[in-house]
Amino acid sequence: MGQRPTGRNTQAPRATDSLEQLWQHRSPDRRASPMKLPQFDYEAPETVADAVGLLAEHQDEASVLAGGQSLMPLLAMRLARPAVLIDINHLAELSAVSATVDWVSVGAMTREYVAEESDAISEAVPLLAAALPLIGHEAIRSRGTIGGSLAHGDPAAELPAVARALDAEFVVRSLSGERVIPAAEWFEGYLTTSRRPDELLMAVRFPVAPPGTGVSFLEVARRHGDFAIVGLATSLTLSDGAIRAARLAFSGISDMPVRAAEAEGFLVGERPSAELFDEAARRATADIDPPADLHGSSEYRKKVAATLVRRGLQAAADDASERQ
Amino acid sequence: MDITLKVNGATCTGSPEARQTLADFLRDDLDLTGTHVGCEQGVCGACTVIVDGRVVRSCLMLAVQAAGSEVRTIEGLATDGGLDTLQQALWDSHSFQCGFCTPGFVMQATALLDAHPDADERQIREALSGNICRCTGYQSIIDGVLLAADRLRQA
Repeated sequence: MGQRPTGRNTQAPRATDSLEQLWQHRSPDRRASPMKLPQFDYEAPETVADAVGLLAEHQDEASVLAGGQSLMPLLAMRLARPAVLIDINHLAELSAVSATVDWVSVGAMTREYVAEESDAISEAVPLLAAALPLIGHEAIRSRGTIGGSLAHGDPAAELPAVARALDAEFVVRSLSGERVIPAAEWFEGYLTTSRRPDELLMAVRFPVAPPGTGVSFLEVARRHGDFAIVGLATSLTLSDGAIRAARLAFSGISDMPVRAAEAEGFLVGERPSAELFDEAARRATADIDPPADLHGSSEYRKKVAATLVRRGLQAAADDASERQ
Repeated sequence: MDITLKVNGATCTGSPEARQTLADFLRDDLDLTGTHVGCEQGVCGACTVIVDGRVVRSCLMLAVQAAGSEVRTIEGLATDGGLDTLQQALWDSHSFQCGFCTPGFVMQATALLDAHPDADERQIREALSGNICRCTGYQSIIDGVLLAADRLRQA
């Protein structure tokens, strides 16, 4: 292609023109029409070193483009207007999933559908595996990445709640080297993380689930695949019928994912029962103050959160006994 | 930026601006206006195309990111002016009304049936859940895809 008519048809269209004739009057170069996205300088580094160098140079003037499933809408709505867009889709080394005895390390550019199909993740990090199919829709997971979602940090999204529940670790790199940030310190507020503007998220490490662990990821949304009104990541580790470890993290009730630490502590040492989970639900939601919007009032979200705790704990307990 | 990509089997070249979406590149530069642009923020699914075998929202991808890729659009389905099996089944089921959402639904369903020729109604509903239709209430679309899956199994 690349060849298009060059001369503009100077004769004005007439009402009696056939459709074919009218077609001749169309603008010869329709690219003259306004662009949806704002202007930016586009960089597509081939190496991590180059990417980190670009970040050091442009700092918060730059945005990193991973899967684009959050950033592209922000650009389209012109809520984001970076001077420089650093496209990291050529950094193949960021797409690897690797496992050790203790951790599964997921490269930041690992696409969500790839993670969904990963045996290492489904075997060793079942909570992440349970959350992945709930992210957006199939076409979103074709492009969306693990690192992109976690670096974007939407409090209603699934992966931040999973990372927070499991105490995942974030590996970031800058010109001055690498550092590892625990999930508790990664999320700082609405769409805000502790990543410095010169740092690139390289990988996220999820701890391997201990034997006897059952999980669930539940959410209430208006439409399947939409952002949750409230979501809950749950992990329970049982041995000899008693709860050895409990992990609960909400999405959608604050400006970042929220751990229910008090309820977790209450559950440890107890045996699963409906009464126990009722009390855990009360404790998990006693101090929360969810935001209100057109999808639900604060009070409604609080009720949904308590219901999700009861159901989530029961589902995780059932899952733990099934896996044994 | 100069790019080369395959669209519906044909090699195409173009020089989109870096900020041009794949959807706009297909429509404005390649004159493939079958791909529709609805919300332009990844919600409605009208711009769904298949890139390297995966369904994507072409409004959430830059044209320059499709360099070297193989893209399938709605224009690539019918051969010799005849509808393909899925299109014919959708036609027979009166699946659509105004037609705006149609290309997105058809590409999404094409990808589904390519990967899962034996898809059941639950899988079809799940796969189409990211596409919005304001005319039909969806049942006729589900019926059409089910009919296509049935015909593909018998073929």
